[in-house]
Amino acid sequence: MLKKILTLLLILIPINANALIEVDITRGNLNPLPLAVSPLSIDEESRKGFEKILKKENIGAEISNIVENNLRTSGLFNPLDKKAFLQAPDIANLKPRFEDWNLIKAQALITGKVNYVDDKLRVEFRLWDVLAAKEMMALAFTTVPNNWRRVGHIISDKVYERLTGEKGYFDTRIIYVSEEGPKTQRIKKLAIMDQDGANNKFLTLGNELVLTPRFNPASQMVTYLSYFKNMPRVYLLDIETGTQEVVGDFPGMTFAPRFSPDGKKIIMSFAKDGKSDIYTMDLENRIVEKITNHPSIDTSPSYSPDGKYITFNSDRSGYQQIYVMKNDGTDVKRISFGNGLYGTPVWSPRGDLIAFTKLHKGKFYIGVMRTDGSGERLLTENYYQEAPSWSPNGRVLIFYRETKTNSKGEGFSAKLWSIDLTGYNERQIKTPTDASDPSWSSLLSN
Amino acid sequence: MNRSLIISSVLHALLIFITAMSLPFLAKKPLDIPPIVSVELIQIAEKTNIPFAPKAKKIIEKVKEKEKKLVSEQAPPKKVEKTKTKTVLAPDQNNKKIENETPEAIPLPDKTLKKVETKEEKKQNPEKVDDEVKQVSEFEKKDLFDPNNIAALIDKSKEESAEVLKINDDITQDQERNVENTGLTLSEEDALKAQIFGCWSIPLGLPYNENLLVRIKLKLKPDGTVSKTEILDHARMNKPGQGFYKVLAESALRAVKLCQPLRVPTTGYERWKELQLNFDAREMLEG
Repeated sequence: MLKKILTLLLILIPINANALIEVDITRGNLNPLPLAVSPLSIDEESRKGFEKILKKENIGAEISNIVENNLRTSGLFNPLDKKAFLQAPDIANLKPRFEDWNLIKAQALITGKVNYVDDKLRVEFRLWDVLAAKEMMALAFTTVPNNWRRVGHIISDKVYERLTGEKGYFDTRIIYVSEEGPKTQRIKKLAIMDQDGANNKFLTLGNELVLTPRFNPASQMVTYLSYFKNMPRVYLLDIETGTQEVVGDFPGMTFAPRFSPDGKKIIMSFAKDGKSDIYTMDLENRIVEKITNHPSIDTSPSYSPDGKYITFNSDRSGYQQIYVMKNDGTDVKRISFGNGLYGTPVWSPRGDLIAFTKLHKGKFYIGVMRTDGSGERLLTENYYQEAPSWSPNGRVLIFYRETKTNSKGEGFSAKLWSIDLTGYNERQIKTPTDASDPSWSSLLSN
Repeated sequence: MNRSLIISSVLHALLIFITAMSLPFLAKKPLDIPPIVSVELIQIAEKTNIPFAPKAKKIIEKVKEKEKKLVSEQAPPKKVEKTKTKTVLAPDQNNKKIENETPEAIPLPDKTLKKVETKEEKKQNPEKVDDEVKQVSEFEKKDLFDPNNIAALIDKSKEESAEVLKINDDITQDQERNVENTGLTLSEEDALKAQIFGCWSIPLGLPYNENLLVRIKLKLKPDGTVSKTEILDHARMNKPGQGFYKVLAESALRAVKLCQPLRVPTTGYERWKELQLNFDAREMLEG
């Protein structure tokens, strides 16, 4: 009882504390963060060792160039010109003189060291907060020298994660359909490259038509469609080993196979008797299950990252629109209500958005909307572009765009482009041939 | 018995009616409080103080020239001349002297004197009324520039100055109240906000739907440099799964450091020597 009275008294007695002045900061600038990527220092012996193996004069500078390029293309960072750096790389890695880096307006600094140890490449790097004058992160990697590009990507991912709070997407690969030749006789091959366009490799010879390669989010497997004697087949390809296997022959036309988030199922659409429905196939026991049953064209299915929902496009309302349903095909809801036609919905790996292609008044748009259809934002507009695919962190989209090659509107060229969610950072990803249907892998090193 | 009961009840009813009618809350409408309008007081001392004296001097001289003519018609010139020269000197000299010498000679200088008096008073309390004085002088300048009816205008300016003074007194009181409650005036707060907006690079990768409010307590030196920063939810920084919060908190700290010295008011250090900044990027990230 006494306790209760005391508590009551404490509550009732007004506390006359001096109120602290509060100022709400609700805006800031969206300029890329200025940072300095100091070349990784390397001693003379190691430099010569790597020069022999990798034919690169200064592997430390090469790795830092990869980091710099990755961070710049993300649109979130502004790597400063190396000519303005006042401190030598080897000293900066030991103890940066923060005043010098502050002087060139760098807010973060990356330093590091490369060593040649037992025929291996050992890289250590440090991330510094220049304004707070403290170390934010320090890591070291040891790998075979040929992996030096990946080391650059991994460093980029670590820096990106530390400074933005979300995982990076640099240590990833992109699979796409390489296209060559005139439009009527296109030779299409599967090709794979690093996300920055390096290490391009062809995976098929081009004697069969290949379409819609899609990465397995759980591992480095790819599913794609290939036409053999005019019959579509769904293939599985293990990128690490190069082994291929046919999942099955399907009646009629098969479209858009895609993995479930756990990689155990493939979801796709079959066209039969003038209608098209969505099916799943269990990869272990090859059991096929029909998910939608509607006298309309349902296609382009994509799972939500938790696997509980599926988004797809359908013309059941009269025009092609985007729908969301539970993974068993129940509770179908239309989510797109804007003008024009909507297609190729893809659920973001972060789960918050669905990317789509929209056709309106003869123009193609790549856009995003929330999973309930609200907040539609069109990121880019062009004469012809489609097939968006998400980066593993759900921040960047890659798609392909066809453009006329001359001003008379003759000829065409298809290239891969990326754009981030702000809609401002649009870039072409260079490929040796024309390219279409890109798919972004998950992070190679988790 | 019955009759007395009726009389009693009638009287009671009457009493209740009168009481009810005379109750204040029934008769009065609720107070219609106008919205608070913030008034920004700007230091214009350097600009207005300097031109005031010479201009007024010229005008007063003109007035005196006019007066000269008038006076010359009415009174012996020598006497008037004396008064004139003294009134001209008035703004820079002691009022009492002039007061003593000018009273009856001409009505006009009398008025100018009053004006000068008010000014002198203001000078004694520079912090409090300084601004208003300058505002008054602005009014005066405008009015006095009409050369046709200077005498009347001087009268007007005097009245206006009195009014303005009253109003401004009210404002300063309000402001003091504001200062007690919120610490910074709107303009002071706006200046500080605008500065930090420019320094804060918002980490763009943050999800907008999470609770990402970073509160930082600052200890400031009188020149606006930061002597100490403290993240109020510091424990959250190192919790697993709070990577976004940590990133935001670090970006906020960078903004504070980059912005030094902060644009703080030139006076009242005691009020703002400790500040709390609430960094909230949701508005920006949603858009």
